[in-house]
Amino acid sequence: MIFANPSSPEKTSERLQPTGWLRYFSFSLDHKVIGLQYLICGFIFYLIGGSLASAIRVELTSPISDFMARDVYNQVLTLHGTIMIFLWIVPVVNGAFGNYLIPFYVGARDMAFPRLNAVAFWLIPPAGLMLISSYFITGAAESGWTAYPPLSITTPATGQIIWIISVLLLGGSSIFGGINFIATILKLRQPGLKLMQLPMYCWAMLGTSILVVLSTPVLAGTLILLSFDIVAHTGFFNPSMGGNVIVYQHLFWFYSHPAVYIMVLPAFGLVSEILPVHCRKPLFGYTTMVYSIMAIVGLGLVVWAHHMFTSGTPPWMRLFFTIATSFIAVPTGIKFFNWVATLWGGKISLNSAVLFSCGFIINFVLGGITGVALAQVPFDVHVHDTYFVVAHFHYIVYGGSVFVIFSSIYHWYPKFTGRMLNENIGRLHFVLTFIGFNLCFAPQHWLGLNGMPRRVAEYDPQFTFVNQLSSAGALLMALSTLPFLWNVINSAMNGPIAGDNPWRALTPEWLTSSPPPVENWEGKAPLVNEPYGYGRSTKNPKSPNDGERDTK
Amino acid sequence: MTTIAPVEQSPEKEVTQIEDHADFRLFGLAAFLVADGMTFAGFFAAYLTFKAVNPLLPDAIYELELPLPTLNTVLLLVSSATFHRAGQALRKDNAMLCQRWLLITAGLGLAFLASQMVEYFTLPFGLTDNLYASTFYALTGFHGLHVTLGALMILIVWWQSRSPGGRITSKNQFPLEAAELYWHFVDGIWVILFIILYLL
Repeated sequence: MIFANPSSPEKTSERLQPTGWLRYFSFSLDHKVIGLQYLICGFIFYLIGGSLASAIRVELTSPISDFMARDVYNQVLTLHGTIMIFLWIVPVVNGAFGNYLIPFYVGARDMAFPRLNAVAFWLIPPAGLMLISSYFITGAAESGWTAYPPLSITTPATGQIIWIISVLLLGGSSIFGGINFIATILKLRQPGLKLMQLPMYCWAMLGTSILVVLSTPVLAGTLILLSFDIVAHTGFFNPSMGGNVIVYQHLFWFYSHPAVYIMVLPAFGLVSEILPVHCRKPLFGYTTMVYSIMAIVGLGLVVWAHHMFTSGTPPWMRLFFTIATSFIAVPTGIKFFNWVATLWGGKISLNSAVLFSCGFIINFVLGGITGVALAQVPFDVHVHDTYFVVAHFHYIVYGGSVFVIFSSIYHWYPKFTGRMLNENIGRLHFVLTFIGFNLCFAPQHWLGLNGMPRRVAEYDPQFTFVNQLSSAGALLMALSTLPFLWNVINSAMNGPIAGDNPWRALTPEWLTSSPPPVENWEGKAPLVNEPYGYGRSTKNPKSPNDGERDTK
Repeated sequence: MTTIAPVEQSPEKEVTQIEDHADFRLFGLAAFLVADGMTFAGFFAAYLTFKAVNPLLPDAIYELELPLPTLNTVLLLVSSATFHRAGQALRKDNAMLCQRWLLITAGLGLAFLASQMVEYFTLPFGLTDNLYASTFYALTGFHGLHVTLGALMILIVWWQSRSPGGRITSKNQFPLEAAELYWHFVDGIWVILFIILYLL
């Protein structure tokens, strides 16, 4: 993909780096280049993971296993889950937008550790290629993205080991990124910029990075033990050798439940950036937003065993984790109502960015309601490992995070490329995605409630029609990618010139040229103490602010 | 760590790779050590859970010999003190003394590894014998890997702090400080490991 070269060649610092489109294939240290590398790399993996999802939905149009062999189906669903989580959503909501935006928001020229930043990105393509290539060697991992033993110990070892190595690399990338974000947000703020004046995305990334640093290493340790079980025939998680599979589940979910927040907290932050700009209103309830993010971080670390209610967990554990999980609905609900209150009475321009953000709010509240339902043990025991769970988490990660990724691309594309996207194609993309998504996943609630198990290629013929409905929705989602791709590629070359600040936004990344120069601002970085001061100082965004935050 | 961004744009001035902010590398390393500590926390949690819920067969219960691991604990604790001394010497610009303390520290680290080896070869169980044995080797082995890396780091720091010619001086202390922080972390983990694995 080609982007306009932002800077004049006279800049001496540019001698250190390749220029033009070649820099997107280089070990560039520029946070903006690395951010776009994350974004484009992630999107390519999204297309691959999406093709795998389509293959799954094609298989499920008929109750018998006819499109793929059963073991191929298992490999496809494992790859789909792993790619979508570790190679698309986590790198894009954290790495792509985090790298691009955080240095702007704290008023810095780059991240705290630019070289570590580049290393973190360049761990991703080899890990992804390795993961996908395992399919062509002796078959990919077959045990789902959770890799529960003893299934992961007894299925073919080569694919499972390659899966473990690539997840370890991706976890390393994630940890390096998290350390970088923490250092950048806490240490690299320009003088005069207080923590409580930062744009909301900084808080979301700070919370996410804390989760990454605390929980990802536990997954890494667990996977190392699992690889010992596979390669060296130890018995940590092998019941026939006295091992304990439940310990794996505890350690795995200690990372993988926070992973949900690692995927969705940055999305919360991005929505909080996008809505005020397009509603011309300050973000409602800034302080409560900050505290609810931190509450989600704290609670998110102590709810993991709600994934294990059918794993023989003792009653006291079920009680504790049900209560803790239900509590998460409170800060999440605060955020939901704050977004609605931000929209309330605003001068909303219904462009693609806002449409996708509103789509996110609707989908996420639906996914949140089923989430609270799933936290209740009596209900969870009934629907555990059914399509109800599949519907629930796709409402969170697709209806939540992926909608926000699209919204953010529509919002920041003018900054990335200096050109505008076509709004009509964008709206078409939204309509197709929103209808396709809900058609695909809403029926799966019904399937799950009626007992259709997940991760199986065959099902009871009575579910055929609803599954075909779901597959039709998946087809619509697949088709919706085409106008988006055309829009993004065509607009990069032929779109109307955007100008520095097409949305009249107040956050610092818009107070520079589009695309920004290598050093982010010509001259001194602007000090933005009130990033959401809309409705008061829109005439001159660069006017000094009084520092008082008006959330009314 | 360098950044590509110059402080002020002044085209007439020659701009090279310069830093435009304070040095946060120790902060970054500390954050990484928190992450590393969580890996150990996961291992410890797994070990304690195994111990609590998975009863071992009678032939798989061993009384561990304490003298060697106690000696190991002393070796590591003393090495933390000697590393601290090396840092003090560097801050006083005494490269000779700094190098001597570093060499002693590296020697103590290597002695720890050697003594760990002796213990491995004299233990009555192997890696795959049973759950307890596997966990024992996984925990001590993962820690031993950290000690090995730390000893290599100390030797590199020792070589680079030679005077003249070394890169580590009282003006550039970061490599020594980083290695020292890491080494203290590894020692601290060993103390927890010693208590959980040998004494509990």
